[in-house]
Order: sequence, then structure tokens, then C-alpha cells
Amino acid sequence: MNRREFAAGALLALALRPAAGLATPEDQAAAIRAFTGGVVPREGRVELDIPPLVENGNVVPLKVTVASPMTTADHVTAIALFNEKNPQPQVVTARFGPRAGRAELATHMRLATSQFITAVAAMSDGSFWSTRQEVIVTLAACIES
Amino acid sequence: MARVLLNLPRSAARGAVIEIRTLIMHPMESGFRPGTNGTILPRDIITRFTCDYDGEVVFQAELSSAIAANPFISFTTVATESGTLSFTWEGDDDFRQTETRAITVT
Repeated sequence: MNRREFAAGALLALALRPAAGLATPEDQAAAIRAFTGGVVPREGRVELDIPPLVENGNVVPLKVTVASPMTTADHVTAIALFNEKNPQPQVVTARFGPRAGRAELATHMRLATSQFITAVAAMSDGSFWSTRQEVIVTLAACIES
Repeated sequence: MARVLLNLPRSAARGAVIEIRTLIMHPMESGFRPGTNGTILPRDIITRFTCDYDGEVVFQAELSSAIAANPFISFTTVATESGTLSFTWEGDDDFRQTETRAITVT
């Protein structure tokens, strides 16, 4: 093997290297199925407020709001957030009851790279609603120190 | 004891929805990051946050490594009675911290 072949081989090996332990959109779909018990959530009722362009993936503020009267008969029981390309698809799962007042959750998350974030809400009547939003990240979190 | 910031009203009208903002100083080491010697640092995160209102759970969150360091959580609850709100953070290595705040409902 001459030097040129070696360089080409090394480049090919680098290009073929699998992304180090990151989740995939399939992992996200599987995590959502595990949360809903196999039900495909319908689009709507959930609002995900997250900046579309993020400079620092270490701290990304976000807010999830679900349209619900929050009464004993009709309320949101849980809100879950899922990512596509962090090491794990789960972000946060919040449990609510009628005493929560409003179905609102705000937190700060990490983003390893640009990806779609999905918010799923579970209702007391057994239905699931979701929304997704794309986020572009310029400085990644999680993997680098 | 980790430093905690809690932002909630001391008094509220009966039936009003109050916003509670919480933050706890915690590194939230993800368990996916290599340390200075190249080995992966063990996971050390807060896994569960619970808010009790007079002993009844009104809000609970399960956190993962994808939550930023010094986890910030904001939610709402209905001011029903004068009483105590208690906030509990639980995590890896038997981390457990509870803070309480009194609220007056008029």
C-alpha cells in the first residue's frame, strides 16, 4: 500500500464511521410508541415554543403548551418531549393532573445537533396529540466536553 | 446541599393559577461525555422532580440526560388552600433534596 492508497483508505474509514452513539429518527419513533402504547398521536392542540436557530446547544429554552380546559373530566395527564439525534430519544416526561391549572411546561434542554423535536401530550380521554419543530444548532452539546 | 432558586407568589387569590419556576444547581453530567483522561464520565443527573401541594402531588417530571445543567422547570398549579408546597429533586447517587414554601390563599 502506497501513501496515496493509505490516505484514501483512512478517509473512507472516517466517512463510514457510524455516528458515535447518537439516537436516530427511528429511536425517536420507538420512544413515542412506548409513551403512547402504540397509538399514533394526532397533529394539533400542542404548541412547542423553541427557538428555530440555536447558538448554544448546551442550554436551549423551550415551552410546551397544550390546549385543554384542565378540569377533572378533561385534562392533560402527561407531556413528553422527544429528540431525534441526541444520545437518547427521551428529554422529559411531565405528569399533570386537574390541579395543574394550565397544561404548561417550560425547561432548558441540550441539543447534540440540528434536528426535529417532538412534543406529545396524553389526554385524560386516552387520546394523544403532538407537534414537531425543527431546530438548527451551531454549537453542539452532550458529546463534546 | 445544592443551591435552589424558587420563584412563586407568597399569596394568591383562591382558584387563581399560579406559575412556579424552579432551578437547582446541579451539573447534570450526561454519562456520554469523555473526561480529561478519555474515559466516559459516569452519569450523574436528576431523574425526578416532584411538587406536592399539602401532600398531594400536583406536578411531576422525569428528567433525562438531555436536560441542561442546573435544571430549570416551570409549571403552574391552582391555589386551592393556604398550605405548604414542597419540591423534591431525586437523582443518581441517592441525590435527594426537598424545599418547602408556604402559600397564603385569600
